[in-house]
Amino acid sequence: MSRRVLRGGIVVGPSTSQRGDVLIDEGRIMAVGENLDSGGAEEVDCTGAWIGPAFVDLHTHLREPGGDAAETITSGARAGVVGGYSALVAMPNTDPALDSVPVVRDVLERGRASVLDVAVCAAITVGRRGERLAPLGDLAALGVHLFSDDGTGVANPQVMRRALEYARPLGVRLAQHCEDADLCEGGVMNEGEWSLRLGLGGRPVAAEEIMVARDLDLLRWTGGRLHLLHLSSARSVSLALAARAEGLDVTFEVTPHHLVLDESACADYDPVTKVHPPLRGRHDVDALGELLRDGRIDAVATDHAPHTPESKDRPFDEAPAGLLGLEHAAALTHEVLGGDRPVDLFRLLSRTPARIARLHERGLLGLSAHGGDVVAGEDANLVVFDPSETWIVDRARLQSRANNTPYHGRTLTGRVRHTLVRGELRVREGDLQ
Amino acid sequence: MSLRGGHLLSLDTVSVEEILDVLDTAESFVEVHQRTIRKVPALTGRVVASLFFEESTRTRLSFETAAKRLSADVISLAVASSSVKKGESLRDTIATVEALGLDAVVLRHRSSGAAEQVARFVPHVHVVNAGDGQHQHPTQGLLDAFTVRQVLAERRGVTGRETGAELFRGLRVLIVGDVRHSRVARSDIAVYRRLGAEIRVVGPGTLAPDALAKWGVTVSHDLDEVLEWADVIGLLRIQSERGSGSFVPSLEEFSRHFGLSTERLARVSPDTLIMHPGPMNRGVEIDHAVADAPQSVVTRQVANGVPVRMAVLYLTVAGGEGR
Repeated sequence: MSRRVLRGGIVVGPSTSQRGDVLIDEGRIMAVGENLDSGGAEEVDCTGAWIGPAFVDLHTHLREPGGDAAETITSGARAGVVGGYSALVAMPNTDPALDSVPVVRDVLERGRASVLDVAVCAAITVGRRGERLAPLGDLAALGVHLFSDDGTGVANPQVMRRALEYARPLGVRLAQHCEDADLCEGGVMNEGEWSLRLGLGGRPVAAEEIMVARDLDLLRWTGGRLHLLHLSSARSVSLALAARAEGLDVTFEVTPHHLVLDESACADYDPVTKVHPPLRGRHDVDALGELLRDGRIDAVATDHAPHTPESKDRPFDEAPAGLLGLEHAAALTHEVLGGDRPVDLFRLLSRTPARIARLHERGLLGLSAHGGDVVAGEDANLVVFDPSETWIVDRARLQSRANNTPYHGRTLTGRVRHTLVRGELRVREGDLQ
Repeated sequence: MSLRGGHLLSLDTVSVEEILDVLDTAESFVEVHQRTIRKVPALTGRVVASLFFEESTRTRLSFETAAKRLSADVISLAVASSSVKKGESLRDTIATVEALGLDAVVLRHRSSGAAEQVARFVPHVHVVNAGDGQHQHPTQGLLDAFTVRQVLAERRGVTGRETGAELFRGLRVLIVGDVRHSRVARSDIAVYRRLGAEIRVVGPGTLAPDALAKWGVTVSHDLDEVLEWADVIGLLRIQSERGSGSFVPSLEEFSRHFGLSTERLARVSPDTLIMHPGPMNRGVEIDHAVADAPQSVVTRQVANGVPVRMAVLYLTVAGGEGR
């Protein structure tokens, strides 16, 4: 049955929310209003919950090709819908890297067979080696809108400058992992009091801020579009906001983990807390939360980074960096927002990221439109989020293939009740369908 | 978790009572060393595995001697030179050894935090950290404190046990050199602070970062300024590769500014104790002659390694029972 009515929720718009039902048919929203006549459509209970555009993740490591022991496009997509997402942007640090038309086509193909829409962030340079430009023009023609060497940043300023110059007329956006590699050499956690105490090499916050400042200076010179991935320092955010105030086309994201965990989480040497950029000092964590509540953060993106249990059973300095994000991002963002900010929650997790990835336009890469308003005619990519349900994270019950979540045992408030992708009910009452 | 019947992973979390427990127990084991039969049956039938993922003949021998004097069975695995590949997870390696049936693991590893991880992987096995990366070397910290108390107590003609922590109160301890990368420094600072000493660290800006002040120590960058202040001078081994990196311009320059030279020794009181965890880079952090000066207690440190490690194994594995 493709005809459904989302009954009795609070429909969250771009600026206000109001009680209402949403009627869906043929993958589209047919009507929004109070006490809609379902006409025999399947009833979906939304009492007490927020109905808004399903979430869009700008930063998902789906690990295919080459890393399917940790995650596949299929399993990552399942984790996505459970987390309330209807679209994911697959990052390029796969093996081989997403640096050519055939590999990107293959990922898009596998994405089409999954439970949600998979877009691609392709590599800026061949093999993400930071040397030669990847075929940005061919990939842009295919519909790829985001490019990044994420995993690492483009270290060489000349290469980054050329990439910005080349990308500008293509209308695409470059996304940078900002951490100066030299300053981070040998570093496995934030540099500070804790790294010194634990005897672990440090990745200083200055390594991020220097690269943010450098890329903004390059952007001022070249023009074009830049997205700053996973900013973890309040100063980085200030730099980005100041650049935008000047008129530069820069966007940025923060992750849930940088909003809720600080460097002290590394104290027991469990590599599940190892991530790049690293969990920062309390000052930055608090300041990012403040910026989020002040409405000054563009988007929350997960940097969902699955790793096999074996790889996280290594010593902290040898284990790979990265942690899971998709299934808990909404609740964590909701928590930092203070629990009663539906408009901001959907702006941060859906509306703005959809626009940064150009996924608000129907048809890009053959995908549907995301992050739109809940009005008749829009594609029915919707999430029903219960803002008051409390639950406990259990790493044994994740949809992701991996279980490297730092939130195991944490009590969360706010949970995805239903997720609809192109009108299909992919998650119902919290359960994958 | 308490030391008795538990693990020894770091001195950051050990109480004064636990430290004194080790020192007093070690004192009684010094006697054992003076007997004709240098063995006690405290750990008869217990199996202690020494797992050294990083070469260290001295520490390994010291631990294995300690375990044997307690009548434990010792399985020795020099993993650094065995077939264990870097790719194998720490959990797998430990699981393999655990299958042999163990009471305790003495672990040396190049990675900080490895001992804490192993204690999580095999919670019912007692884990003794024999040095993890740049984090901690708890038995070195304990034997350093033991040596200081032993010497100062002898000067008063009393036993260390009678003095408790008294001799450490207000004691001026100067730690010199590469504090940043030193697990010995971290353990020394933890144990001396807990016992009530006043601590200064001195080294170049790169190796003695000002952030160390948060540990309740005073940071200095001029050895000559603080040299005469000290009752105890603890020198640290500087890795030779530091001299070719960006931490110090050269080992020669380091030695000129932070080495305990014969000239500097002349300004040090005859009562000051000079310590070094070994192995010494003679001519770098310590002059050839200084290592053998009357103030040097380096050989005592080595000798005390065995009774202190006996005490640690006895307290953790047997929980202080069954003597």
